[in-house]
Amino acid sequence: MNAVVASAESPAHLTPALLYLDGVEKTFDGYKALRGLSLILAPGEMRAIIGPNGAGKTTMMDVITGKTRPDVGDVMFQGDIDLTRLDETAIVALGIGRKFQKPTVFESHTLEDNIRLALRDPRDPFSALFGARNRIAMERIEAILERVRLIEFRRKRAGDLSHGQKQWLEIGMLLAQEPKLLLVDEPVAGMTDAETETTAELLKDINKERSVVVVEHDMSFVRALGVKVTVLHEGAVLADGTIDAVSANERVIEVYLGR
Amino acid sequence: MITQRLFSASDRAGTIFLALLAALIVLVPILNLLVPAGSPLHVPTHVVSLMGKYLSYAILAVSLDLVWGYCGILSLGHGAFFALGGYAMGMYLMRQIGPRGVYGHPVLPDFMVFLNWKELPWFWQGFDMFPFAILMAALAPGLLAFVFGWLAFRSRVTGVYLSIITQAMTYALLLAFFRNDMGFGGNNGLTDFKDILGFNIQAQGTRVTLFCLTVLLLAATFLIGRYVVTSTFGKVLVAIRDAESRTRFIGYRVEHFKLVVFTLSAMLAGLAGALYVPQVGIINPSEFAPANSIEAVIWVAVGGRGTLTGAALGAVAVNFFKTVFTTGALAPYWLFALGSLFILVTLALPRGILGALSRLRLPTRPSTPALTEAQP
Repeated sequence: MNAVVASAESPAHLTPALLYLDGVEKTFDGYKALRGLSLILAPGEMRAIIGPNGAGKTTMMDVITGKTRPDVGDVMFQGDIDLTRLDETAIVALGIGRKFQKPTVFESHTLEDNIRLALRDPRDPFSALFGARNRIAMERIEAILERVRLIEFRRKRAGDLSHGQKQWLEIGMLLAQEPKLLLVDEPVAGMTDAETETTAELLKDINKERSVVVVEHDMSFVRALGVKVTVLHEGAVLADGTIDAVSANERVIEVYLGR
Repeated sequence: MITQRLFSASDRAGTIFLALLAALIVLVPILNLLVPAGSPLHVPTHVVSLMGKYLSYAILAVSLDLVWGYCGILSLGHGAFFALGGYAMGMYLMRQIGPRGVYGHPVLPDFMVFLNWKELPWFWQGFDMFPFAILMAALAPGLLAFVFGWLAFRSRVTGVYLSIITQAMTYALLLAFFRNDMGFGGNNGLTDFKDILGFNIQAQGTRVTLFCLTVLLLAATFLIGRYVVTSTFGKVLVAIRDAESRTRFIGYRVEHFKLVVFTLSAMLAGLAGALYVPQVGIINPSEFAPANSIEAVIWVAVGGRGTLTGAALGAVAVNFFKTVFTTGALAPYWLFALGSLFILVTLALPRGILGALSRLRLPTRPSTPALTEAQP
């Protein structure tokens, strides 16, 4: 009873958004990349973001992860953390992990070392030189490599992996960070159909424990995910709903097919 | 399995390197002090000092390899840290001259008497004590690197821009140390040294001891470097070198890692400079010349970036080559030779001498942290 009263008194708890973007604007050299973007992601949700080139998908990711500061607008995490005031490293520490559009792994390190570096352990220079970072249990690394289906290549250099395998390794590195929210930019670009299917399975599996935002062009992949879709256009939300609803939306068709 | 092989390969190079240093520290004193001067096996004292000079350059090269080879910070100003360490030692050696200077002043070095200074400037205090001078030889470059690095890395100055400001740093110091008002002997620098810890600096025994100390410091620098690069810290450095933004996005404060390795490297370079000065007998502002720092980068590139041992090898090889070249009729062409060497190595041996050697022996992949491709 008391608990109910307490939560009624603090309105922040009434809207339990994990991620909350409101009226975000960003201009680069006169080009408006984001024009009043608003988006709410519930805890545990997986959301697919689609949109034509230049719709502002990657800029949105940049704003959330602190790579770019918005000119106007709110970007809040877990209700009361203002992400626009934090830098990349602090945002990662809060539990937001990001996979880039182009797979970026540490090419000259082995897969094991890639995961080892990403694990959520102390990340200061001292720990890395003398401390806990040097005593990481192999089982934790193996568990993640198994989950992203790369365990057999564990001692390979990451640079020797195929494009699709690098994408998985990067997802594995995200998992190793144990984030609350994963931002995944074009995870199936350059993948075969079989790999795309596996990736959809993997993301659905990850979504059982964590919230995920996926930016993707591949419609069959988005369909396979079976989650709510948000369509961006010219830096703002054009439509959202199920994949069937948005693909039937006339304005969406207009934007994708041209007038 | 591959990794284990790689580790044994990189360890093998390290073991050979340490064995070579052990051989030097035993054989050189014997061949110099015990073998009579007429014998063909005798190593003359001036050669001992020349080798000591090469090895102090090797320490500078290993320290540079830590920041460039592993972390990708192309410092074109490492000679400044080396020279600062050298000046710290030079100040101690000047204070040891005491009243034996040309002007016979009990405290002031000759150049201060000449400039009509009445008392010792504050920053010369304490340099009559050897431990203090050695401490300063590491701390002064370390502090400069810390402040410089803190400003540069925090503002995310990277790549060629960072290289340019490191050049500017060493050039600014060159100009500053040229000025008589700075209180470091101006154009002439510090020279005419007499004693070190009460031993005559020209004496054969002193020279051999200095050489042995240089070998020991090189071994220590190598071991410190190897500890650093084989720890997770070293893996983070390589991660920063290969994908800085990714490293930041998995939660590392890249600027802190850069700052630690840059400062450590500068301190090691400073100590190298402190051993260099008593063996060559002079330190002057030309040691700050931007060209010196660039030459150090060439040593590392020739020997093999990201290998530590390769850097030391490169420093000794290029300097030996330089000594041979500049003492004969070919002297005017030295810079052409050095330039061609750099181009040749970049084109034909992108991973340096050591990289080429390890590729001959291991047809698979060379040691993990070594470069996969040459980057400017």
